[in-house]
Amino acid sequence: MKSFARLTIPYIIWITVLIVIPMLMIVLYAFTKDGTLLSFSFTLDNFLRFFQDAIFPSVLWRSLVIAVVTTIICLLIGYPVAYGIAKMKNHQQATIILLITFPMWINMLVRTYAWRGILSASGLSADMKVYIGMVYNFLPFMILQIHGSLSKMDNSLIQAAYDLGANKLETFKRVVLPLSIPGVLSGITLVFLPAVSSFFIPKLLGGGDFVLIGNLIENYFITTNDWNFGSAISLIMAIVVLVSMYLTKRADKNVGESEDA
Amino acid sequence: MKKTKTNNPYSRILVILSLIFFYVPIVYVCFFSFNSSRSLTHFTGLSLQWYEAMFTNRTIMEALWVTIYVAIIATLISTIVGTLTAIGLSRSRKIVREVVEQINNLPMMMPEIVIAISLMLFFIGLNIKLGMATLIISHIVFCIPYVLISVMPKLRQLDPNLAEAAMDLGATPFQALYKVIIPQIIPGIVSGALIAFTMSFDDFVISFFNTGEGINNISIYVYTMYKRINPSINALSALIVLFVSLVLIGMHVVPRIMERKTHKNEKKGKSSDEEMECLLP
Repeated sequence: MKSFARLTIPYIIWITVLIVIPMLMIVLYAFTKDGTLLSFSFTLDNFLRFFQDAIFPSVLWRSLVIAVVTTIICLLIGYPVAYGIAKMKNHQQATIILLITFPMWINMLVRTYAWRGILSASGLSADMKVYIGMVYNFLPFMILQIHGSLSKMDNSLIQAAYDLGANKLETFKRVVLPLSIPGVLSGITLVFLPAVSSFFIPKLLGGGDFVLIGNLIENYFITTNDWNFGSAISLIMAIVVLVSMYLTKRADKNVGESEDA
Repeated sequence: MKKTKTNNPYSRILVILSLIFFYVPIVYVCFFSFNSSRSLTHFTGLSLQWYEAMFTNRTIMEALWVTIYVAIIATLISTIVGTLTAIGLSRSRKIVREVVEQINNLPMMMPEIVIAISLMLFFIGLNIKLGMATLIISHIVFCIPYVLISVMPKLRQLDPNLAEAAMDLGATPFQALYKVIIPQIIPGIVSGALIAFTMSFDDFVISFFNTGEGINNISIYVYTMYKRINPSINALSALIVLFVSLVLIGMHVVPRIMERKTHKNEKKGKSSDEEMECLLP
């Protein structure tokens, strides 16, 4: 029914006004110096300032390192766990998945705050505390995504691999692993993305002077009120995130192709 | 159904360890919410004082109220708009559908903080005072995408001629929508609404940048406490844990019991429990 197509109009207006225009405003602010919306002048100063001072690129680098390490830890723990769950009987799987989703319903800040108490007497370094907080918050996403792709897998494919003489390891390497890659990829996205921009985990667990790129953005918007520079930092972060996501996807494709060759 | 013992104990232990990891902080806060001293490391005795402190703390109670209020309104509006948009998109031209889907994915693909500051710049640029209204609008912005992506797949499974058939039989477009299409996609709508509610209930980053003076949700309140130790937060956390448990029990256990009852009545004696063991190596 073509008339139903009109139901989309309100949302098209909504996303134009509340997603597209606000995004463009970040770009606008990033490329201008303090002025009002009507009188702005183009400048690259905000970006130059970011890259000329050693501190900003080093914070960005540190955020990337922490996000990448968090993602790797989540993958190393998450895959075997998801795999273990997928091997269980259906009703057990449902129970475990429910048990993993349950904590996710409880406010992230509240759960992170809880770790503060537990870790306060532990004597761990700020870095370690932040890692624990990150892995704790984002590991469930990894497990759920990988489990999703493992449990959807057609059992007859695995049976066929066995029938054709593959052993357990070969079956895993050549059938199960390649088929679970979509889940792994969306898991990586769901962990890396919030980890790289997180600013409450470093603040709650790392202490006030543990600064990641998210904290930097927060400071320039809330404390310093330098929105132009804050926008430039956000834009740089958004680009870095998009590029790394793109590279992940491409790396996956390359791996797939070389396997086939 | 052969029950081969292929499951090695290591993977089971790993699953159990990860579950323990997930529940440690939850059990910890619940436990320490009954502590008689301020300490977060030493349990000195049972007391309900932090619950009392929480219920008499106006800021916490207001934050709780704001969180629930915003989540309910944002969920209602996003569910309605998201569902109608999804139905509209399923009948739209491909180009419209693709562009809308791409933009719709942006809030989920971008770091949350980018969406948060973009909205803040927008509101302030238009001289809109940050407060309850901007808080609700910003929540709807990130909730609709989740409703849309959970309703769309259900619509794809539908027979595209269903609405036409209903209208050939004399239904108005509204009736076709309300009596034929919507009932078919209810599972998608419900799961979309649930995701929207949790997302809104839990949100910190977008709320933090788009709320005004004196209007805090739970997340913002906890964040502002980052320098201090405030055991009332433990009591608040325990309360949230209780609330979430009740909701989840209501959602999962009750339907299952009902199902089992009707199942038993329907096929007495027949074993309907088809357990498949996964063949993963």
